[in-house]
Amino acid sequence: MQALLIAVALSSRSASPSCICMAQRLSIIVVEKDRDRAMLIVDGLRDAGDFDVMVIAEETGLARRIAQRNPDLVLIDAGNPSRDVLEELALATGPTERPVAMFVDQSDGSLTKAAIEAGMSAYVVDGLRADRIKPILDAAIARFHMLQKMRIELAETRRALEERKAIDRAKGILMRARGMSEEDAYALLRKTAMDQGRKLADVASALVLAADLLK
Amino acid sequence: MSVTLRLGYVPLLDAAPLIIAEALGFAEEEGLSLDLHTAPSWAALRDMLVVDQVDAAQMLAPVPVAMALGLGRGPVRFEALCVLNLNGNVIGISNALATTMAQAGYEFDFSDARAAGSALLAAAPVLRIGVPYAFSMHHELLHYWLRASGAAAAQLDIRTVPPPRMAEALQAGEIDLFCVGEPWGSVAVENGSGTLLLPTSALWARAPEKVLATRVGWAEAEPALAGPLLRAVWRAGRWLARSENHIIAAELLTAQSRIGVSAELIERALTGRIVTAPNGREHLTPQLIEFFEGAAGFPWRSQAAWIGASLARRHGLDVVEAAGAAADVFRSDLYRLHLRPAGAILPGASEKLEGALAQATAVPAERGELILPADRFFDARIFDPTAPVR
Repeated sequence: MQALLIAVALSSRSASPSCICMAQRLSIIVVEKDRDRAMLIVDGLRDAGDFDVMVIAEETGLARRIAQRNPDLVLIDAGNPSRDVLEELALATGPTERPVAMFVDQSDGSLTKAAIEAGMSAYVVDGLRADRIKPILDAAIARFHMLQKMRIELAETRRALEERKAIDRAKGILMRARGMSEEDAYALLRKTAMDQGRKLADVASALVLAADLLK
Repeated sequence: MSVTLRLGYVPLLDAAPLIIAEALGFAEEEGLSLDLHTAPSWAALRDMLVVDQVDAAQMLAPVPVAMALGLGRGPVRFEALCVLNLNGNVIGISNALATTMAQAGYEFDFSDARAAGSALLAAAPVLRIGVPYAFSMHHELLHYWLRASGAAAAQLDIRTVPPPRMAEALQAGEIDLFCVGEPWGSVAVENGSGTLLLPTSALWARAPEKVLATRVGWAEAEPALAGPLLRAVWRAGRWLARSENHIIAAELLTAQSRIGVSAELIERALTGRIVTAPNGREHLTPQLIEFFEGAAGFPWRSQAAWIGASLARRHGLDVVEAAGAAADVFRSDLYRLHLRPAGAILPGASEKLEGALAQATAVPAERGELILPADRFFDARIFDPTAPVR
């Protein structure tokens, strides 16, 4: 399940409502290993407004890096196991003071709904104004939707290619080993798959694996 | 006609009761079809349960308790319907630290927590420690053990490291010690990153580890789903506890990438034959993980109270109040209601002194007797849920 986490941070300036001044640029950290994905998100955020955006690609010492930077928001793909590290950051300022709240706890129903539909959960600092966060969340949701779609398409294409390749290799093996024509080899694979109630690609892969073992 | 239930889990050995309930048809026998979803992190799994993407989830036992105490805010609270397993975690140290301890004469026995604690603190004045999550038995038990072994709070730097990164963090010198659920400890040994020091069962012989969690009120609103689910998970636990099933269990758990490691690594913890060092030393630890024996699945209110008291001490809350609020999170009442028809042996009480049994002891059950195994803490302290030490 791919989703997005937005954590807001924990800096003393944003946790204390008296220090929030509209003039200050919000600083945002994007945690993302893949450079192209990161850039897509950063571009989306740039379109949404004037923010101070930084990308962290390295998972080592993630908590320390984020704490040093003291951002207002952290964006991370929730498919990233390092999300749990951010949870700890959210507690670091003292869990009973509760400077962060889960986004779904907020009163803005439509934004919450959009976030959940995007598979997104979020944290927002108490006192950080919703109107400052909304454009960022909107932009981030849009970009993550786009990324999710691209990822699914890429995975489907890759799988189709791999299946095609396995079937071709299996046909080749049968043609060489049993002196069959390409059509007969394909028909044999298909019949075997049907008889065994398995997918053609699975039968082909099994044959390729077995042939490799016998080499 | 079967009803579909959506369950979430993090790919770890202790997700086994859920995976087995589905794979071997225990759920089907109860008229349930289980739709299993894996989560990449505990935060993600918690959110899946919060927003109703799953009906129930494997959860670190302290997570629902922390929610009840108001730690880590959320709009929804969880409760525990049963305990999925006791223990199943191991403590590992860096090879450098292992060498220092060995040079000081420490003999790695993988069982004596008192000796291991002293040797560890003598070898390292400050310990950087990796645990999977801020609210976890890993964190609570390590804290309990090392403080009782004489460490000052300032000597312990406990931080979150995702389990798949634990071995890497040890090797990179980011941490000196970790506590993690199997198979990730064995993974660290296998790739030469570390040495295993203790199983958590050496700290508390009957420590609740994962629970089956739902949103508060779900089980009462859906008794026709909660009952069959609890019974299917209970039967899966009973199957998992039989030694003759361990090899096939390891295969089933690792098939279809359910848990992404080799069956051989999973087998080590299941059979209790743990390889603790890269040189192949093996220690037989039968109680490394427990899914069934001694009413392991029963959610004792006193277990939750222990967790609540421990969290309260670390986070500056009132200990007595926290222990009381925590106890209500473990729904022993619902467990009785739904497991009675399955013929489970249910204890007569729902609270007990934790850590009081030095050996297996017969206690009154609802019908007949129940044998409770030894449940000692390493320092022989006894936790009284009605009078927790502040």
